[in-house]
Amino acid sequence: MGAGQPNSGGSGEPGPVRLLGDGVAALMAVLRAAGREVIGPTVRDGAIVLRPLKRPDDLPRGWHDRQEAGLYRLDWEDRPTRFAHAAPAQGWKRVLHPPEACVGTAYRGGIASSAEGADAGPDGPCWAAPEASPPLRAFFGVRPCDLAALSVLDGILANPAAGYHDPAYARRRRDTLVVAADCASPAATCFCAGMGTGPGVGDSGFDVALTELVEGDAAVYLARAGSPAGAALLEAVEHRPASDAERAAATDQTVRATKAQTRALPADPRAILARATEHRHWADVAARCLACGTCTLACPTCFCATVEDATSLDGVTAARTRRWSSCFTEAFSYIHGGAVRGTRGARYRQWITHKLSAWYDQFGTSGCVGCGRCVTWCPVGIDITAEVAALSETRPSHRRRGPARRPVDGSATPRRRKDDPPAP
Amino acid sequence: MATPTPRRPRLAVWKFASCDGCQLSLLDCEDELLAVAGAVEIAYFLEATRATAPGPYDVSLVEGSITTAHDLRRLKTIRRRSKVLVTIGACATSGGIQALKSMADAGDYVRAVYAHPAFIRTLDTSTPIADHVPVDYELRGCPIDRGQLLHVLTALIQGRQPRLPNYAACVECKRAGVVCVMVAKGEPCLGPVTQAGCGALCPRVGRGCYGCFGPAEGMNTAALAAHLQTSRDHGGAGLDSAETRHRFHLFNANAPGFREEGQRHG
Ligand code: SF4
Ligand code: SF4
Ligand code: SF4
Ligand code: SF4
Repeated sequence: MGAGQPNSGGSGEPGPVRLLGDGVAALMAVLRAAGREVIGPTVRDGAIVLRPLKRPDDLPRGWHDRQEAGLYRLDWEDRPTRFAHAAPAQGWKRVLHPPEACVGTAYRGGIASSAEGADAGPDGPCWAAPEASPPLRAFFGVRPCDLAALSVLDGILANPAAGYHDPAYARRRRDTLVVAADCASPAATCFCAGMGTGPGVGDSGFDVALTELVEGDAAVYLARAGSPAGAALLEAVEHRPASDAERAAATDQTVRATKAQTRALPADPRAILARATEHRHWADVAARCLACGTCTLACPTCFCATVEDATSLDGVTAARTRRWSSCFTEAFSYIHGGAVRGTRGARYRQWITHKLSAWYDQFGTSGCVGCGRCVTWCPVGIDITAEVAALSETRPSHRRRGPARRPVDGSATPRRRKDDPPAP
Repeated sequence: MATPTPRRPRLAVWKFASCDGCQLSLLDCEDELLAVAGAVEIAYFLEATRATAPGPYDVSLVEGSITTAHDLRRLKTIRRRSKVLVTIGACATSGGIQALKSMADAGDYVRAVYAHPAFIRTLDTSTPIADHVPVDYELRGCPIDRGQLLHVLTALIQGRQPRLPNYAACVECKRAGVVCVMVAKGEPCLGPVTQAGCGALCPRVGRGCYGCFGPAEGMNTAALAAHLQTSRDHGGAGLDSAETRHRFHLFNANAPGFREEGQRHG
């Protein structure tokens, strides 16, 4: 192990090192030997997805993704690269804030003494909360946009100072080691450059940051430590200081990746949305949007969930489960008497306004990190960047022809679109 | 009026025009079947027992659609004798695949299928139960989802409101972590307009959703149909208009929204 170079990792000079041999395989081996579950990109069902990795060969060597609005395809070439892909199909939210999680189980007549993970929770002795100690994990090959998404989620779900605290999330997050990787091959849907989240890994939020370079027909790796744990990890694998040429190659690669991005949000989407609450464009989106919720569920920062109870047939136990939810569902805004946001236009407005505007007021950042997932995975290819651009056009919102106030989003009856389905 | 002594709720299971698949879902609840049988009194369930107690019933599960005048009279009697009526399956909730006859000349079907059409007395339509009597809860699907059936029975036995989502199947698909078959493979998928409840059964095995759970709340069939007809190179599924019609005119051909969308293509 350790090459014994004095200037390695984070302890002294923070400069990058060059990993020797197959550095990625070596890092994975060290992480696994430390008892960590290594989760990273791999190919499954025609896409790059995040799954537990057993060996370096599980990484998507030679695979490259093609992403367009509403389209995802994988191509393979005989290339040594393992990280030549953009954002995987779903983000790390899946692991840290799972789509379905047991919040607790209540037992009629007190907790069974044998109940595992039994906890004297807030509701007294008849409440058992699950998963007190999640497995140790390492996130491997985290894309810069997803690194930014982790920090956004942390601010929402593990931020006791602000009064936002999900203990289960915080526990999972606390012990997770993050190995990030620069993006060299953004997809057409990526717009991290404009959001300031990529395509190079920034200065914080990771334990180790990797840069994959191609030298001849081999992939080589530069690495930086971003934390003491990261420095220790780099100490454990063979390396030497990176040469000036290698550093320059890494910088060039990021510059090229930045230039390759074609999408961007217009400047100051916050102001655009603030002006657009009554924009006629909402009705246009409503005609295309399916209200399927995919954009919110694929987004790495959308955190909304619903809590559902179910009892056993004999009424002895009641399980409380938290499940991902979406502001595109009717139930999301349902209050006594009906849903506040009854139409697709109103729901699309909620999503985009929360992501790009209200998020700042609530959490002090943008809710969007520019990963492009909502663009790619929208079944009909609705593009958040194009919608904001359309909303920035200051056309009169609605011609006022009569005294009656016009519907702003297809929410009232007067202008029913002929292609709208009958009200369910 | 409330019964003074606690007793097990009386369950009845009824069949109209259908294939029995949904009733069998109850028998298919292997692990839970005995518990269910213990928690309720099975008062009428010909598929499983000889019980034919006359009622009243606390919960009636109704399978199948209305296709004859006699069935309609029978249904009204069942409704009168049932406290809670739950329709189960695409036939009962929308008229089923047999509702295709409502859109064609039903006589043609009779002549094509039966050796002696003269003996067949049937309505020209196949209609859902809710067209004729008030329905308390609907379990969609062809067939229904076992988990949903147990959930509803459990809730009713416990005196709790059942929770039946009305959002799109995509929500369950994304929760399950399925790679979208439409975006990644160009498979035609009705998930975005179909009500959740199946746990994204078809996309989980790489197939597009067939829409057997019927229309989702807030759906946009026109936009999905246009997209299904877009070429695969542009993210669509490359269907022609007949294929698009067949997608909508399947198990829920007569469901509001699916019916009209299918008709627009042909
Ligand atoms: S809004 Fe879209 S592009 Fe922005 S972070 Fe979410 S999924 Fe990615
Ligand atoms: S956009 Fe919708 S789903 Fe996402 S965080 Fe906001 S309200 Fe929740
Ligand atoms: S914008 Fe696209 S992904 Fe989002 S709800 Fe509408 S159709 Fe679904
Ligand atoms: S596979 Fe079908 S159900 Fe799943 S997300 Fe895609 S469109 Fe929706």
